[in-house]
Amino acid sequence: MAHINLPDGLPGIRGPLAFRPETAKPLNDLVDVLLRGPHPLSPGERELIATYVSAQNDCRYCQTIHGAIAANYLGGNEELVLAVKQNPDSAAVSAKLKALLAIAGKVRQSGKDVTAEDVERARQEGATDLEIHDTVLIAAVFCMCNRYVDGLATWAPDDPDFYRQRAAKVAAEGYSASTLTQTAAR
Amino acid sequence: MPHISLPNGLPGISSAFAFRPETAKPMRELAEVLLRGPSTLTSGEREMIATFVSTRNDCFFCQTSHRAAAAHHLDCDYNLVDAVRFDYQTAPVSSKLKSLLAIAGKVQQGGKCVTAEDIARARQEGATDLEIHDTVLIAAAFCMYNRYVDGLAAYTPTDPAVYDEMGARMAHSGYVRR
Repeated sequence: MAHINLPDGLPGIRGPLAFRPETAKPLNDLVDVLLRGPHPLSPGERELIATYVSAQNDCRYCQTIHGAIAANYLGGNEELVLAVKQNPDSAAVSAKLKALLAIAGKVRQSGKDVTAEDVERARQEGATDLEIHDTVLIAAVFCMCNRYVDGLATWAPDDPDFYRQRAAKVAAEGYSASTLTQTAAR
Repeated sequence: MPHISLPNGLPGISSAFAFRPETAKPMRELAEVLLRGPSTLTSGEREMIATFVSTRNDCFFCQTSHRAAAAHHLDCDYNLVDAVRFDYQTAPVSSKLKSLLAIAGKVQQGGKCVTAEDIARARQEGATDLEIHDTVLIAAAFCMYNRYVDGLAAYTPTDPAVYDEMGARMAHSGYVRR
């Protein structure tokens, strides 16, 4: 049971988002810009970063929904998502993304853990300042979202198909739009 | 030196905001709603929660700037803010705020660290669902802001006068550029 009285039937972050629309708006806007806005990293790559950080933070709802969204963008490749969650260095992703995932993992522990060497490695693999910036911010944002979801003890569905269906909707409509649709439908 | 080329002359998170205005806008709006929007917690109390979490995360820029913002909401009582930063249990603040700071400290470690007992205690001290919600989100949001500032190794001023002026601006003009 959630720690506070959240609207019924909405899993994970969607309960607190519906509970407090004033904070939901900037949160959805932020995630839309970071994960879906115009960018040299594909939405699939950015969702992999979000999934990896959420898995390291052991947040079941976030890692499962963002893993499903990543897989949706990546042609349904759930094995690749699992491989990144388990060990980015041995996953079939680019050397650049591996370097960015290493930075994301450091940010998750603490911002101060990111070293000049981590950043240099990413640059050598072709990462730009914008890509490094957004990697740091995606990792930081999911350290927020994971704590928000688990700090309120929200519930997470068990059925993988639930996440696949929701992922298809988010991939098609975005975070703000799919949340608004849900709120209107309640 | 920052890890990426951030605009010169801007302190801490301001340089990262200037580098990426598209993400700065919702991040500023979130801080404005959480710390200055209508709430049954005062802005001083909410800034103290932000300062406390930033102190636990050892983020010099955030803890020093929000310490100043909190003080400017509280008749410039820096001693009170420092008492909360370093030992809130003995600080002269309400039992309700102490119970919310306990929750914020748990969120800083990890969301799962918050227990039903932590919540029951806050309720016994009179905290509402909205106050508990906002405490969790303020703590979570500062786990983001702190990592953003330090993860980019943003330029951090050391002169206390700079922060006092910054805190006055944060307290009285807010976080959203108008």
